[in-house]
Amino acid sequence: MATIEIDGKHYEAQDGQSLLAVCLSFGLNLPYFCWHPAMGSVGACRQCAVLQYQNPEDKRGRLVMACMTPVADAMRISIEAVPASQFRRENIELLMINHPHDCPVCEEGGECHLQDMTEMSGHTFRRYRGQKRTHANQYLGPFINHEMNRCIACYRCVRFYDDYAGGNDLQVFGMHNNVYFGRFEEGALENEFSGNLVEVCPTGVFTDRTFSAHYARKWDLQTAPSVCIHCGLGCNTAPGERYGQLRRIINRYNGEVNGYFLCDRGRFGYGFVNSPERIREPLLDGRSEITPQAAVNYLDNLCQTAKGVIGIGSPRASLEANFALRTLVGEENFFLGLNDIEHTLLSTIFNILRNCGIHTPSLREIEQADAVLIMGEDVTHTAPRLALSLRQSARNATFDLARSLKIAPWQDAAVRELKTQIKTPIFIASVCATRLDDIATDTFHGSPEDIARLGFAIAHRLDDQAPAPELMSDAENSLATAIAAELKQAKCPLIVSGTSCASIAVIQSAYNIAKALPSKDKQLTFTVPECNSLGLAIMGGGRLRQAFERINEGVADSVIVLENDLYRRAHSQTVDLFLQSAAHVVVMDSLRNKTAEQSELLLPTATFAESEGTLVNNEGRAQRYFPVYAVSEPVRGSWQWLTSAMEDSEWRHHDDLTAACAQAFPDLAAIAQVAPGAAYRFKGSKIPRQPERYSGRAAMFANINVREPAPPQDLETPFSFSMEGVTAQVPPALLPVIRAPGWNSNQAVNQFEEGVEGHLRGGDPGMRLIEASGNLAWFNDIPSAFKAEEGQWRIMPLPHIFGSEELSLHSAPIAERRPAPKILLNPLDAQALGVVNGDRLEISRSMETAIATLPVQIETTLPRGLLGVPAILPENQQINNPERVTLKKVAAEAENKPEIFL
Amino acid sequence: MENLDKPLTRNIRPDRGFATLADYENTGGYQGLRKAVTELQPKEVQQWVKDSGLRGRGGAGFGTGLKWSLVPMGDADSDNPHQIRYVIVNADEMEPGTFKDRLLMEKDPHQLIEGIIITAYAVQSHIAYIFLRGEYHLSARRLETALQEARAKGYLGEHILNSEFNLEIHLHTSAGRYICGEETALINALEGKRANPRAKPPHPVVSGLWGRPTVINNVETLCNVPHIINYGVQWYKELGLSAATGTKLFGASGRVKRPGLWELPMGTPIRDILEEHAGGMQDGYKLRGFLPGGASTDFLLPEHLDVAADFDAVAKVGSRLGTGTMIILDDKTCPVQMVLNLEEFFAQESCGWCTPCRDGLPWTVTLLRDIIKGRGRMEDLDTLAGLVRMMGPGNTFCALAPGAMEPLQSALKYFREDFERYIVGNKTLLEAG
Repeated sequence: MATIEIDGKHYEAQDGQSLLAVCLSFGLNLPYFCWHPAMGSVGACRQCAVLQYQNPEDKRGRLVMACMTPVADAMRISIEAVPASQFRRENIELLMINHPHDCPVCEEGGECHLQDMTEMSGHTFRRYRGQKRTHANQYLGPFINHEMNRCIACYRCVRFYDDYAGGNDLQVFGMHNNVYFGRFEEGALENEFSGNLVEVCPTGVFTDRTFSAHYARKWDLQTAPSVCIHCGLGCNTAPGERYGQLRRIINRYNGEVNGYFLCDRGRFGYGFVNSPERIREPLLDGRSEITPQAAVNYLDNLCQTAKGVIGIGSPRASLEANFALRTLVGEENFFLGLNDIEHTLLSTIFNILRNCGIHTPSLREIEQADAVLIMGEDVTHTAPRLALSLRQSARNATFDLARSLKIAPWQDAAVRELKTQIKTPIFIASVCATRLDDIATDTFHGSPEDIARLGFAIAHRLDDQAPAPELMSDAENSLATAIAAELKQAKCPLIVSGTSCASIAVIQSAYNIAKALPSKDKQLTFTVPECNSLGLAIMGGGRLRQAFERINEGVADSVIVLENDLYRRAHSQTVDLFLQSAAHVVVMDSLRNKTAEQSELLLPTATFAESEGTLVNNEGRAQRYFPVYAVSEPVRGSWQWLTSAMEDSEWRHHDDLTAACAQAFPDLAAIAQVAPGAAYRFKGSKIPRQPERYSGRAAMFANINVREPAPPQDLETPFSFSMEGVTAQVPPALLPVIRAPGWNSNQAVNQFEEGVEGHLRGGDPGMRLIEASGNLAWFNDIPSAFKAEEGQWRIMPLPHIFGSEELSLHSAPIAERRPAPKILLNPLDAQALGVVNGDRLEISRSMETAIATLPVQIETTLPRGLLGVPAILPENQQINNPERVTLKKVAAEAENKPEIFL
Repeated sequence: MENLDKPLTRNIRPDRGFATLADYENTGGYQGLRKAVTELQPKEVQQWVKDSGLRGRGGAGFGTGLKWSLVPMGDADSDNPHQIRYVIVNADEMEPGTFKDRLLMEKDPHQLIEGIIITAYAVQSHIAYIFLRGEYHLSARRLETALQEARAKGYLGEHILNSEFNLEIHLHTSAGRYICGEETALINALEGKRANPRAKPPHPVVSGLWGRPTVINNVETLCNVPHIINYGVQWYKELGLSAATGTKLFGASGRVKRPGLWELPMGTPIRDILEEHAGGMQDGYKLRGFLPGGASTDFLLPEHLDVAADFDAVAKVGSRLGTGTMIILDDKTCPVQMVLNLEEFFAQESCGWCTPCRDGLPWTVTLLRDIIKGRGRMEDLDTLAGLVRMMGPGNTFCALAPGAMEPLQSALKYFREDFERYIVGNKTLLEAG
């Protein structure tokens, strides 16, 4: 530790840290632009100048850039000294020379770091009399606006996009005061994390295009802490609402999970909440609207009188909603609503996490890995934010080298210069090329069986007790040896696998490798497909197949489906038969879908933005989300519909339900402590969802009724739908919006952390439910190698960030980025079939029915005998894994558009 | 051993031809290299150069031997990638008014090549790059030929002069930009990146090209090295007139009788250079001031003519020796317009990385143009002085903007009346007079 003196006050700080980071974590107001807590220092903007004195006698001092200055014991600096404050003021004056005075119409206004820093530095008078330079703007796709005139050339956009996120289509062009940040030509930004530019840009160059469509100022948005529901990672979000419309999603810092960044699906996938496809009224037989009370009575009556009622839960519904359904229908009548393979995969994963004694890491811990093996996943498409973390772990070898050269890890550019010399060993075994291949030391492409066999071989090389596959090729053997050697040397090796290649063997081989690793700090993580997949696996329940049997065999005659489109889970013929066989079908969901169409009673449910609940992410972290705004009757949270249908239920409130759920399952015992309950008060009042500057409350509904309506009551959470109360110093799980005096942008987060990039003060939100314990035996079930058969192909669904997830696809900007339907084919297979890129192939199931006709894209990394099909259409569920199909070339003149048969 | 008092230019003939390999060898060429690789340890070569007092001729005047001694030495042949080291020759001569390295490369390319090989030997580097200004086509041709000759003769390549030492030299011609002369921007450009400077520390000697220890020296600096090794430290030190050692190429451009370039002892009085070698001012012109070492140095006045042309003496009177090539301001040229011309150059050549340089230099240009066009205000001079202060050394990311401010700050000091006359009288002092 070092003691340093800043403007006469003494502080304790860590030796060698960046002085700027240290000043900010002391809560000192020192402006900056190019520095970012996750991206370190480059010294470009010169805004954080302070005066450093050489010794106690020194009265003059010299200007240094705090971001580039390491903290040392007995250091004496001044932020307030005139030479420093004058320099900072004049530096902003220079930045403002070309900055347009368009704050009133700029979407950054009110949460603009440049505004904040200009205020902070005291630049108020414009001396420059010349003209401003101007730029042309570009169309950058459906997510991001581009307004280059506002650019202050801090270089954070390219440093995030290219250096941090691995993109390459956003660059800096030109020089001197004509530097231009954009693409070489107009077009959608390709990187899956482009949305972070909105928050990384300190001013309004990159703004949220989806927000523009229904813009409101930050201070006019209602916000509550939320959790992303578009994959299994559980990134923390801060959605904003006005006039009953969800307006946008921004990042909510969680030091253990998402840190400062979200993926584009999580940020821009919210449109489904405002979709015209929303179910707004309870419907009986698809036609007549009924009152909520009549709907509840109907449900209640059904449970009393039916021959037997089964409930089908959902991995996209909260623990509480699933638990309420399970309680309503009875444990023996509750089914998880997962497809059969996924059910097995999730049970296997939960068994391993629960009982294998190997640590399952948070994303922060993943960034510490010094060797990585990815088994069967294209993580950018299945758990996108994880891919961003793996990109950071790829830098660990460089950080080690930097330390040996006495280069501080926060010296971002200097550390990155070393990357040509040394790489963190990262290996990717997958069906075909993945979006992380650019950081991979080596890759392997094969069928799921071959991936698993490679995994078993690696495990065997690490520990000869582990079973070994037979008949491996020389190439596979030497790759397995090389991977095993790197993993063995690592202090903190990480094995990543998951459900996306639908193979138990892959998951089991991943476990064997982790078990065989000697390091005590080894880590094993699995991606799971949906926001509460793991929660559902912990809760447990019957298989969907068994639910179908119950009805088809006449054991039960009624079914309640909770937030689940069964057509995404099983063959349509099977689901058709099931729903037609049931005498009564109750569906509870927020959006119309094929299952909802077949309901007798359809209940409108609240989305994540209008309801509360607990989700368990792939790490086993339980996290709570809260309604951002009050939903109007008759839409209700699923849990409310279900509990109100229970006779004599003791569960009046959500907290009761959470507590009961915690009590019912030992593995879920901690969920009640995830966040304070509805009774929580800070300084005697509830936590306001509206900032104190929230405008127009008295008038905003005056077009409907001039009397100001009373704010809706929230009996379920510690939040109020109003602006009274304070948000500073509330527990992190209840922090609705990040703001501090003088810091209106999300950069204020520095003041809520224990040291920049640290944990939130008071602890990062969420409770880990699973800690490493126990020990499992080796898995011995090694599949035999995949053999391509003449004239037959195995379909491999390939997940895609834009298109594979159900709800985000209802957001127009996400749908726009969905790739065109196509099939991927090995070049030799294409040659054998006589097709080239763009030719069309008819896919048939076992020589009979044609199921689809799609254009071909030749993919050199895809092994022979496999057919890659982007899993971007709900209909592709019909092309079931691991089905074998035949292919037939379609004459060019016969067809000219993609077509899907069902 | 002819012309031992002018080691750098002794092979350069007035007939505009150039020294062939045979010419170079005839005057002792490659003897320094032979001595180094057969008689001296790398550390001894470093020590000799350190003892010689040789200081960088690119403008900053950093001790050459000291720079080399900061390179982490180790086993260059080991598999450890950190032990790879590079030598880079900064031949990106783009300082306005400076044309000294061009002469050395065009006229006696083997002298530079021998200097590179000895330098590489001293720091045990096996790969060297010459980063050459793109417009120097003739230099490129002659260096390329000379490199081939040196390879054929065993001065370059594997087992140099039958020793264990290997070296390959690559010639890289720059795509252009003044900032490439800044050594870390040069490294970025060589790596194929934007030519933005890098933060220091780490210095290139610790982490340079591809993140590896890298020595970067100016052409003229390296041309001194063979002679120091061949003729010894004592001989070299005695070449200088003042405390400074060795000789230096000095030049003069502007309205002198004989603009040109001369190799003279370090510490030669500036008056000798201008009056004796450059022949004094052209008839009808008087000396008003001069930039002693290129565009990015402070103006000096006729009263400074007796200052010795060495790093310390010129610094003492408030300017810099820089590249040693002077730009003369005569009494019929407007200093304000001269400064505007320079600032336009610097503003254009700013890489755009740091705020004061990127946005401060264009504002400087705007203000100077306003003043010259008669739109200036008295307070603009304060603004200009503020910009000079703001873009002072240490405040910007590299030395470009502080260098750009040197002629402006000294012009504001020495020629303030010229600025004021524009503002008050809306015309140049010259016209008014």
